[in-house]
Amino acid sequence: MDKKFVTIPKSETPLTKEDFISDQMVKWCPGCGGHAILASVAKAFPNTGYKKENFVLVSGIGCSSRFPYYVNTYGFHGIHGRANAIASGVKIFNPHLSVWINTGDGDSMAIGGNHFIHTIRRNIDVNILMFNNKIYGLTKGQYSPTTPMGVETKTSPFGTIEQPFNPGELVIGSQGTFFARAVDTNPKLMTEVVEEATKHDGTSVVEVLENCVIFYDKAHEKITSKETRDNNQLILKHGEPMVFGTEKNKGIRYNPGKGGLEVVTIGINGITIKDILVHDQYSKDPGIHLMLAKMHLPEFPIALGVIRSAAFPTYNELFEVQMYEEQKSSKIKCMDDLLNSGDTWEI
Amino acid sequence: MTNKPTQQKDELVVKFVGDSGDGMQLIGTFFSDASALAGNDLATFPDFPAEIRAPHNTIPGVSGFQVHIGQSKIYTPGDLCDVLIAMNPASLKSNLKWAKVGATLIVNESTFDDDAIAKAGYTTNPLTDESLSNYHLVAAPITSLTKKACEEFGIDLKTVDRSKNMFALGMLCFITGRGMEHIFHLFDKKFVEKPKIKEINKTVFRAGYNYAETAEVVESVINVPAAAAALEKGRYRNVTGNVATAWGLLAAAEKSGRPLFLGSYPITPATEILIELALHKSLGARVFQAEDEIAGICSAIGASFAGAMACTTTSGPGLSLKSEAMGLAVMTELPLVIVNVQRAGPSTGIPTKSEQSDLNQALFGRNGEAPLVVMAASSPADCFYAAFEASRISMETMTPVILLTDGYIGFGSELFRIPKMADLPQIHPPIAAANDPNYKPYNRDANLVRQWAIPGTEGLRHRIGGLEKEDGKGNVSSDPLNHQKMVNLRRDKVLKIADRIPLQDVIGEEKGDLLVVSWGGTKGATLSAVQGMQAQGKKISLAHFTNIMPLPKNTEQVLSNFKKVIVPELNDGQFVNYLRMKFPHIKLEQYNKVQGLPFTVSELTEQFTKIMEGK
Repeated sequence: MDKKFVTIPKSETPLTKEDFISDQMVKWCPGCGGHAILASVAKAFPNTGYKKENFVLVSGIGCSSRFPYYVNTYGFHGIHGRANAIASGVKIFNPHLSVWINTGDGDSMAIGGNHFIHTIRRNIDVNILMFNNKIYGLTKGQYSPTTPMGVETKTSPFGTIEQPFNPGELVIGSQGTFFARAVDTNPKLMTEVVEEATKHDGTSVVEVLENCVIFYDKAHEKITSKETRDNNQLILKHGEPMVFGTEKNKGIRYNPGKGGLEVVTIGINGITIKDILVHDQYSKDPGIHLMLAKMHLPEFPIALGVIRSAAFPTYNELFEVQMYEEQKSSKIKCMDDLLNSGDTWEI
Repeated sequence: MTNKPTQQKDELVVKFVGDSGDGMQLIGTFFSDASALAGNDLATFPDFPAEIRAPHNTIPGVSGFQVHIGQSKIYTPGDLCDVLIAMNPASLKSNLKWAKVGATLIVNESTFDDDAIAKAGYTTNPLTDESLSNYHLVAAPITSLTKKACEEFGIDLKTVDRSKNMFALGMLCFITGRGMEHIFHLFDKKFVEKPKIKEINKTVFRAGYNYAETAEVVESVINVPAAAAALEKGRYRNVTGNVATAWGLLAAAEKSGRPLFLGSYPITPATEILIELALHKSLGARVFQAEDEIAGICSAIGASFAGAMACTTTSGPGLSLKSEAMGLAVMTELPLVIVNVQRAGPSTGIPTKSEQSDLNQALFGRNGEAPLVVMAASSPADCFYAAFEASRISMETMTPVILLTDGYIGFGSELFRIPKMADLPQIHPPIAAANDPNYKPYNRDANLVRQWAIPGTEGLRHRIGGLEKEDGKGNVSSDPLNHQKMVNLRRDKVLKIADRIPLQDVIGEEKGDLLVVSWGGTKGATLSAVQGMQAQGKKISLAHFTNIMPLPKNTEQVLSNFKKVIVPELNDGQFVNYLRMKFPHIKLEQYNKVQGLPFTVSELTEQFTKIMEGK
């Protein structure tokens, strides 16, 4: 079918970020990564061209989940872990809304893990912004499912003994069609990936590596600090070779013998730019995307930007096609038809 | 038709029992539908194990279906049966206690081999040891006669074996004076895509019918005349409670102009509502099978925020899982209908058996002060009106409503007089107007109801959620006095709903010796018992409640007009204790049964008689 059912009405007048600023006082701690994420979103939303009344922000519980109060759209602050389920209901009921989920590593990786994976598996056309500070902030410093092994927190006084989730790996393992990663210290990249997420039809997950200044300060320091970031970040761009490093001479190569990725240096051992993988974010096969999402320090840089953006049918489009077909073909057009269908008789 | 003498009966109860997979639900449904087409009133109840196929020929594997037909109004599927069709020893063994003394037993003799007799727990063959001498035993070699009847088709033994239920149905239809035309009409519809199966079934049915006639298995044919006189004029159909619930929700969506959204997770005995609603995309029903119970209700809350007539359907354990989200619906003051088809608990309990034991959970099972509306449906057909009313109240008052039904009325069926949609009331949800400069999320009208501002509407952007709200503006607030005020407002809003619901009616005199107070799915039994005793001149009346929170405004008055009040319930006393909490000065007796079984009319009559006689 050529007709596209899931469309979002456009604003007649151009909008600016002021259109999305709410009258509420932002109550995150000074220095919290949340401020930068909020600024990036307020910048990205007007660029979508959608009517401001057609945005709905849904959140769960946690620091991240205060987000909807700070954006002047329709907003729903839910209960712990359930943002993805609530947002699914919003989008399935009215596919003409641009639905955003503000969630965190506790909300979506722990208590709401089930809703997170199933929303992604269904490819519901919502955008998930997951603030990953690798700690429980609002409950004041307990470890989360993304806290690295061995870290001492209030509830792991001797260090955690749990393997953390890598959210990207979980997203792709759940048949995810879009995954991007950003850092709270690079608002420009964040705005870019948020805009890419908007363009994607289906569930988009943006993991933002966010710093919690109070309970897990410098969790992402090796990735984000000025001194180390160039060597520890690989900023992906579709169609461009995966090059990084202060000298821009390091790259990611696929090594068939190893069956995986490796870091190589251009100009050493005969390596040229031609050996370096070129990023294809639209590849339907998730193989390389998964390898990119899994890359971790110190062996690899951390992949940032849009890692995967593959086109698959969305739940909402399939849902609307069925609604349309049934409404066209069914003999039952109203309740009187239904009540009088099948075996009935007069007394 | 036969020349046999005919014995007129006002009503008849038939029970079909056999191994799971013997097709008892199928022939039970055929017989019920044919009786309905012949003009009888009826009520049915299937009785099946939780296992899809328990071990062959064992008692846990027995599946049953009971139907009560009559020429007068029928309120229950009946206590004890007049005709028992038993397809194997285990089903006879486990169901004989449900047959009246003197009942006709149609038994498939072919299955009574030593092994099956022993598996059923018999030490001797009951068909030959005289233990059934108080019944009219019709032992017929149904399997072997079916085999013979099928010879012309040259089909495999498995298919032959699967048609033997039609032989039994044929025998029953002869015995009950049913012509073949209604049954064959139903076969033509049911097997429209399987012409060969249809022909086999017709042949086997005829063989059973003719066998019963030729072998003279009964001395007279039972005739239950049409119920035309007892039933209100109109167009009728047979309906189960779960289907009626689904249709009531759909009807409310049409009458409110708000499309239906269902978020649900399959659970016995509520799944049929989800299955039914999933069929009706053409009516705009948006049905989402969620990953769990919590996602079921949370997706419904999201849809409600977005402007849907939202509902979620479940049974006891699922209601437990939804508790936190119900509190969210209370706090955000969004319409939501939560249908709980109760089953025997606690925990997983007995999934296919019915109980009324979730009332406390419905009334009180949330954190904080979280009042919502609780209602209960009375019978399979009443589920339609109860679901409609629950939806109406929920949308018009922006308040979540729990509708309690149960497995007994959910799976059970009865005749349903088809309403005209034009005769149902219009539903008016308080939808906020676009660009209303005075809109505030928690402004309220005189009934304390806030407005529904639907995303996509210009000029109404706002934020709500589970944190306490500032009165009016709806901003997050932890101010102590505001919290007190909001708690009071949410409570008073629910109490004010008593203004919108009918006063409690009393069936019988408004004053008397004994008032029976029942609620929910027990109405058929309590009404039958009360009417029976009224006919004997007893000063007994019935107040059957459908509105539980809030109670009708005249409840105290109704309860005060009788010398004694008894509250029979299929739980350990949940409604009676709720009434005691509300009206501590009124003395209330109770009668409780928690066996996963419905009340029988006879046990209620016995209890009511005892209490009236002061025993």
